[in-house]
Amino acid sequence: MSAEDYRLRSRMRSLTDKLVSVLAVVATLIVVAPLAAIFGYLIYKGASSLNVAFFTQIPKPEGEPGGGMANAIVGSGVLLGLASLIGIPLGIGGGIFLAEFGRGTRLANAVRFTADVLNGVPSIVMGLAVYSLIVSVHSPLIPFSGHFSGFSGGVALGIMMIPTVCRTTEEMLLMVPKAVREAALGLGVPNWRSVCSITLKTASPGIITGCMLAFARVAGETAPLLFTALGNSFMDANLNEPIDALPLRIYNYAISPYDDQHRLAWGGALVLIALIVLAVSLVRFVTSRGVLKGAS
Amino acid sequence: MDVKVPDIRISQAHLQPEPAARTEMNPADAGKDGHSAVRRFLLSRGNSAFADRTFHVLMVLCALSIFAIVGLIAWRLVVSSQITWSKFGFHFFYQTFTDSVTGQPMFWDPVNGYFSAVPFIYGTLVSSFLALLIAVPLAVGLAVFLTEMCPRPLRGPLAFLTELLAAIPSVIYGLWAVFVLVPLLREYVNPVLVKTLGWTGFFDDSLNPTGLGFLAGGVILAIMILPIISSLTREVMTAVPHSQREAVLALGATRWEMIRVGVLRNARIGIVGGIILGLGRALGETMAVTMVIGNTPEIHKSLLANGSSMAAVIANEFTEAVSDMHRSALIEIGLALFIVTIVVNAFAQLLMWAVTRGAPSQAH
Repeated sequence: MSAEDYRLRSRMRSLTDKLVSVLAVVATLIVVAPLAAIFGYLIYKGASSLNVAFFTQIPKPEGEPGGGMANAIVGSGVLLGLASLIGIPLGIGGGIFLAEFGRGTRLANAVRFTADVLNGVPSIVMGLAVYSLIVSVHSPLIPFSGHFSGFSGGVALGIMMIPTVCRTTEEMLLMVPKAVREAALGLGVPNWRSVCSITLKTASPGIITGCMLAFARVAGETAPLLFTALGNSFMDANLNEPIDALPLRIYNYAISPYDDQHRLAWGGALVLIALIVLAVSLVRFVTSRGVLKGAS
Repeated sequence: MDVKVPDIRISQAHLQPEPAARTEMNPADAGKDGHSAVRRFLLSRGNSAFADRTFHVLMVLCALSIFAIVGLIAWRLVVSSQITWSKFGFHFFYQTFTDSVTGQPMFWDPVNGYFSAVPFIYGTLVSSFLALLIAVPLAVGLAVFLTEMCPRPLRGPLAFLTELLAAIPSVIYGLWAVFVLVPLLREYVNPVLVKTLGWTGFFDDSLNPTGLGFLAGGVILAIMILPIISSLTREVMTAVPHSQREAVLALGATRWEMIRVGVLRNARIGIVGGIILGLGRALGETMAVTMVIGNTPEIHKSLLANGSSMAAVIANEFTEAVSDMHRSALIEIGLALFIVTIVVNAFAQLLMWAVTRGAPSQAH
C-alpha cells in the first residue's frame, strides 16, 4: 500500500466515523421528535378542554356539547384498586419465593420464565381469556360471572400487574445484602419474620417502585377492558355492573364523529398521561437516591 | 499427660451429677414434661417451624399462581374456540373463499359464515415488519448515541425521555395517530411516496386516500416499540466490558470502528434478542393499530391500503359478534396470537439470558 493509498483510506475512515456520529444524532432527534409532538399536542389540545365540568359531570348523550368524564375517572379508580388488590400481593409473594426460597432451583427458573411469558401476552388476549373465564360462563363458583362487569375488568388488569411486580420484587430482594438476613436470623428471629420485617422492609422503596410501574402500565390499558368492563355512560362504581374507565372512554370518543367528544378525548388523555408521568417520575426520584440507587 | 488425666476425670464427674443437681435446685422445672428451664423458655416463645412452613407454602402458592394463570388462559382460549376449530381445523389459517357475486377472493364475512384468518395474519405481519424496518435502525442509532457518544449530562434526561415513550398508553398513541399522524401522512408523506415509489406497486393510494392503512399502523407501531428495542440494546451494549473498547482503540481504530468491532459485534445476540422482544410487542399491540389500520378484512399489496390485523379485528368486532361461530373464530385468532407471542417472547428471553447471564443483573 502506497502512502497515497494510506492517506485516502485514513480519510475515508475518519469520514465514515463522522458520518456515523451524525447519523446517531439524527436517529436520536427522530426518536425524541414524536415524543415532543405527542406531549405538545396533548397539552395544547387537552388543557383547553379541561374544566370543572370535565371532572364533575358524566358524559352527555352523543352530539350534545358539554359533559365530562367523572364516571370514567371513578371507574378507573375502582378498577385499578381491584387490580392492585389482586396483582400486588400475588406478585410480591411470587417475588419473595423467587428471591428467598427458590434461589437457583428449577422451580424458580420455571416461575421466572413463566412470568416473563405472561408479561409478553398481548393485552387483548388477556381480555379474551378473562371474557371466556368470567364473562361468558355463568357459574356459582366464580363471583360476578355471566355478564360484563367491573370485577372481570379488575381481574384482567390485576393479572397483568403480577409479572412486573414479581420480577421487580425479586430483583430488589436480591439487592438486600446477605449480612442483613444473617443478622436477623442470628438474633433468633424466625425466617418468616425476618423476611417480612427485615428483608422486605429494606427493599420496600424498590418494591413500591415496581408496584407503581405496574400500576402505571395497567392504568392506560384499554384492550383488556373492551369485553370485560365494557364501559358505562353513567356514574356507577358497582363491581357487578359494567363500569367505565378513562382509557375506554378516550378510545370511544377518539373514534366518534363528534368534535366535542374529540375535545373530551384529548382532555382525558392529558389527565391519564399526567397520572402516569407523575408515577414514573416519582419512581425515578425514589430510585435515584438512597440504598436503591441504580435500581430499576 | 499426668496433668490431663485428672482433668478429664473431674469433668466426667462433673457431668454425671448435673441433671440431678438441676432438679434439686428447681424441682418445679422438672414438672410433667421434664423440660429444662431454657427449653421451657424457648417453648414459651412458640415454635416458629409451623409459621415458617406456612409462610413458605404461601409464597410457593403465589409463585404457582403464575403457572395457574397462564394455564387457565390457554385452557379457556382452547375451549372457547372449539366451534371454529372443529369446523375448519387448520384450514382456518389459510383458506380463502370466492365472492359469489364479484368472483373476487374473499376471506371474512361473519354474517354469511365465511371465516378465514388470512387477511389478519397478513396485516399483523406487514405492520409489524414495517415497524421493525423503521424502528430498528433508529433504536440502534439511539443506543449507540446514548452509550458511546452522548455527553454525560445529556445521558440521563435522554434515557428518561425514551423511557417515557414506553410509558405512554397505547390508546393515547392511537388518539395522536388519528388526529396528527394520519393527516400528516395523508397530506404530505403519501403523495411524495406515490410520486417517487408508486411504480413499485407498494405505494398506491387510489383505493384509499384517507391516510389510514398499513403504513400508518407500521409507523405508530415503530414509535411504540422503539423504546423497548433501544433500552435492551443499551443494556447489552453497556454490558460489553470496557477492555474490549480499549483494545480496539489501542489498535488505532476510529470511534465508529471501535463501536462496530468492539461493541456491536459483542452485543449482537443481545440486540437480536431485543429486536425479537420488540417484534413480540408489535404483534400483540392492539389499540393504536386498531385506530389507524382501517379495519377491512382485505389483502392489498399497497401499504397505503386499508387492512386489519389479528389484534385489531378482535378489538373491533368482538363485542358486536353476531354469532357463537363469530365469537369462536375471534377467540381462535386470539389463541393463535397467544401462541405466537409466547414462542417469540420465549425465544427472545432465551437469547437475552444467553447474553446477559451473570453479567448485568448481578452487576448492580
